[in-house]
Amino acid sequence: MTNTDPVAVLGAGVMGTGIATLALGHGLPVVLVDVDDAVLERALAQVARQLKLGRLMGGLPRESADGRLITTTDLSAIVGARAVVESVTEKPGLKKEVLAAATAVIRPGTPVVTNTSAIPVDELAEAAARPDEFLGAHFMNPPYLIKTIEVVRGPRTSDVALAAVLELLGEVGQQPVVVGDGPGFVVNRILQRVINEAARIVQEGIATPEAVDALFTGCLGHRTGPLGTADLIGLDNVVDSLHVLLDRTGDEGYRPCDLLVTKVKAGEHGRKTGKGFYDHGGVL
Amino acid sequence: MTTTAETRDADDVRRNLLEFLKQRAKAEVEPDFDLFAGGLVSSLFALELVVHLENAFGVTVGGEDLKIDNFRTVDAMTALVVRSGGARG
Repeated sequence: MTNTDPVAVLGAGVMGTGIATLALGHGLPVVLVDVDDAVLERALAQVARQLKLGRLMGGLPRESADGRLITTTDLSAIVGARAVVESVTEKPGLKKEVLAAATAVIRPGTPVVTNTSAIPVDELAEAAARPDEFLGAHFMNPPYLIKTIEVVRGPRTSDVALAAVLELLGEVGQQPVVVGDGPGFVVNRILQRVINEAARIVQEGIATPEAVDALFTGCLGHRTGPLGTADLIGLDNVVDSLHVLLDRTGDEGYRPCDLLVTKVKAGEHGRKTGKGFYDHGGVL
Repeated sequence: MTTTAETRDADDVRRNLLEFLKQRAKAEVEPDFDLFAGGLVSSLFALELVVHLENAFGVTVGGEDLKIDNFRTVDAMTALVVRSGGARG
């Protein structure tokens, strides 16, 4: 494979779309795959907006031409990919299904990364045809604005696969921090618990979301507080990640609190639906 | 109110933007107020400003113009619209 082969992104949700934008904005071609044509249609419009936002905020270079984007529901379109980024819904069974199908299609030697929030890399590696070519790349949202990325090396990940992924990440301006494997890795093992506790505090009437976040931004210097961050991540994803962490650690602190569960059931998923802990005044 | 690039002037653009900010950011600001430094709006709102400029004044914002300094204040955005041919100066 060569550096002009496309990056394949599986799943055109919030993260898949953002990752596609990151690569395209650095001039790399992308094949974006989803099972739903309507989702792909929406992703096309989102990518166009995000390329603008990325340039506007200085997250993407202004001088480079956009890479070519192909959207498709046909998984066989990833056959010539340079690398594959799996970014489907945070459900272990679904991710394994997609990884098994994708690694059966691509050429041996093609590195595959999962953008899972919390599922251990080695657990997902079971489903990959070549577990040594598999690792985690936990992009932050939005990936075309946040330059630091948590890269997760599983116990079976080869040096070659890790090096290829680090090279690709360098080409798209990301600064990797490589860590070991485990539920939630570093960021989400800590963050998801903080979000859950913050939501519980709101649920108990001890503080408003605004008050919780004001303390984290004002006292601790965080850019956004935990609940503003939760709205950005998507509360549906937060609840899915908490379940992944609860199931794998048995630690009750990860059991999603009632307020989070209620909000997700009511369709209040945060920024992407216009309402979560905050009112975002429509979908951005 | 329908205006075109020919009949529209900088004051029309300024009024439109101040009204847009009043509705969307629930704030009445001076035309030279720095929206981002003032913490009034998030960076994601910057994109909304770009889209609004393009839709309301029929201009395309791209390339070198796509930088935050052009969107910091109502005055800066007005100048951008005039420069891009969306209104008379």
